Amino acid sequence: MELTPDMRNEPTLSLRVPVPRARPGDPVDFSHIKPPPAGAAPRPDIREEPGAMRDLAFTLVRVLNEEHEAVGPWDPKLDPAVLRRGLEIMTLTRAYDDRMMRMQRQGKTSFYMKCTGEEAVATAAALAVDAGDMCFPTYRQQAFLIARGYPLVQMMNQIYSNADDPCKGRQLPVMYTSKKDGWFTISGNLGTQFPQAVGWAMASAYKGDHRIAVGYIGEGSTAEGDFHAALTFASVYRAPVILNVVNNQWAISSFQGFAAGESATFAARGIGYGVAALRVDGNDFLAVYAATKWAAERARANLGPTLIEMFTYRAAAHSTSDDPSRYRPAEEPQHWPLGDPIERLKQHLIASGEWSDAKQKTLEKEAVEAVRAAAKESEAVGTLGQSRPSAKTMFEDVYKEPDWRLRRQRQEVGV
Amino acid sequence: MPAMNMIQALNSAMDVMLTKDPDVLVFGEDVGYFGGVFRVTEGLQKKHGLTRCFDAPIAEGGIVAAAIGMGAYGLRPVIEIQFADYIYPGYDQLVSEAARLRYRSAGDFTAPITLRTPYGGGIFGGQTHSQSPEAIFTHVAGLKTVIPSNPYDAKGLLISAIEDDDPVIFFEPKRLYNGPFDGWHEKPVEPWSKYDLSDVPDGHYSVPLGKAAIARAGDELTVLAYGTMVHVAIAAAAHAEVDAEVIDLRSLVPLDIETITESVNRTGRCVVVHEATRTSGFGAELVALVQEHCFYRLEAPIERVTGWDTPYPHAFEWEYFPGPKRVAAAMRRAMGRN
Repeated sequence: MELTPDMRNEPTLSLRVPVPRARPGDPVDFSHIKPPPAGAAPRPDIREEPGAMRDLAFTLVRVLNEEHEAVGPWDPKLDPAVLRRGLEIMTLTRAYDDRMMRMQRQGKTSFYMKCTGEEAVATAAALAVDAGDMCFPTYRQQAFLIARGYPLVQMMNQIYSNADDPCKGRQLPVMYTSKKDGWFTISGNLGTQFPQAVGWAMASAYKGDHRIAVGYIGEGSTAEGDFHAALTFASVYRAPVILNVVNNQWAISSFQGFAAGESATFAARGIGYGVAALRVDGNDFLAVYAATKWAAERARANLGPTLIEMFTYRAAAHSTSDDPSRYRPAEEPQHWPLGDPIERLKQHLIASGEWSDAKQKTLEKEAVEAVRAAAKESEAVGTLGQSRPSAKTMFEDVYKEPDWRLRRQRQEVGV
Repeated sequence: MPAMNMIQALNSAMDVMLTKDPDVLVFGEDVGYFGGVFRVTEGLQKKHGLTRCFDAPIAEGGIVAAAIGMGAYGLRPVIEIQFADYIYPGYDQLVSEAARLRYRSAGDFTAPITLRTPYGGGIFGGQTHSQSPEAIFTHVAGLKTVIPSNPYDAKGLLISAIEDDDPVIFFEPKRLYNGPFDGWHEKPVEPWSKYDLSDVPDGHYSVPLGKAAIARAGDELTVLAYGTMVHVAIAAAAHAEVDAEVIDLRSLVPLDIETITESVNRTGRCVVVHEATRTSGFGAELVALVQEHCFYRLEAPIERVTGWDTPYPHAFEWEYFPGPKRVAAAMRRAMGRN
């Protein structure tokens, strides 16, 4: 006689829904994060086969130790001038974020997104690649654009959708574009830019160029099919691209468990595609720089793509539209075990005798002043609703030339 | 001039453009070594090299996304989606990205992509090899939608599409690849070589996007058609004994509203035909436009003959397909000759 499931005395099936370790009111719990000591991860030659460096997808590449020294094989041995430049960009980005957040709260724009706590991820990468390389960002790599020297006033014009907005009032705030600065137009849809970065890199290879692409995606959006397409195409065509997963632990209110982050690291996803994969302490400026430089050298040597998980923490809200204390312990950011990227780089520079607290204070003051000056200039053009491009531009750039429908619809609006 | 079928004409268009412009490249599933499941890219890899015509992973979203990235770099990719029925995984990249790149970046980035894909029924392809999804693309601001009905136009329109600086969805009526099809499905297939429109020049020429053709001149009634249905409409006119003017729209976006308006205002009667399902089909747009532009000259209600609002059924191909009998009946109703 065949046994029915009941007779076999099996448990009934149960559906598992992931739950984060701590919700509001719970004690902060980062006990599952056990960072290896700085300097412990080996640094393979760029010519090493991806299959021989799989362990790097499960550890953390770290350079800065507890004493703020740069240690181990990944130490990029950077000129202090480059480190100070990095500190400058990160400090400026934080000042910019703080001001634009306040401007949104004052009703001067509709929306804003900060990158607080993640400044090193974009800043160090921007300094590690060449000026001609193309960045395919998400909405949280503003430090990359600032590092490229893009004017803050133009960023603000975009945020205010004013008459000087480079996007002509068409895009939600922070969705900057600047081809000449190697910055792809930000979509606002999640993940779509990841396989596009691969396509751009394929084009560069097709043309025998030297430029590479740098793509970004959030850990939450790795759940999208576009992530799989990007890795597949990058692997198949050995595209000269750096594919960064910024694992900042939170996708609005959903923790990384909803992208299967509890089951494996995000870097580990590269292994199945035969793509070189690194997991990097994203709050360690030197580690981010070294890993990006390594991946860029591989790409430029026709050795193909690298997937880098930038392990970091979103210290602020997702955007101006959510309050993180409604879904995670309010004090969680202060307990992030990998610290703050600005503080860590500052301490390193102080420890190497290249910086001081007084100098940092001055730098912070200068950053606030630079942001204030840019804001004054942008707000003289106008904030949201006070100033905007001509309404007739609404019908432009749908196609290279408007067809009869768009001409008639523009006439109907009377512009 | 050589006689070409539609496959050869499309192949020639890509051959001409690959030769002329080093920034043109062709890729898609099975298009490289094998030359595509319908042989449209046959020989292109051998002639132009591995990196200019190559195979792609089975990932329509990835194919479109890669083309967008290439377009942003400055290339002019021509991609093939093996059947229009498989296009949906690429829909987000087309609608949210390719269509809006120029607009959202105020012209900073553009996507000069041509997406070729076989569409339509009449080949016993069932519900996954017969669909006509043109209306879900004409509805999207920023995309152009083109559908040829013969070899000469196929080559000239495809060259125009590749040279266009905006993304173009290029639907190829697969039932017309090897010969015209007028919907009388019991008749033997005739080769294109018997028809004037198979006279296709070897070299470069273009047929402009947004310009319709008069496929059959007539005075009693206007039929608005595209793709396979152009030939069905001509056969239906003979069957109904109606002196119909059959307009081959050739591109749905941009649409040649002037040719449509001139004809319907002259004939006072209009029949709109397409293979796609009826509800919210492109025919609904055409009927609305004719009503807006020609209402006071209309002498009868506008007729619409389309596929039914069902998935495309395998065993009921000829009940589903809007053949000449159904189109002829609509013509006679429009003429008041029931």
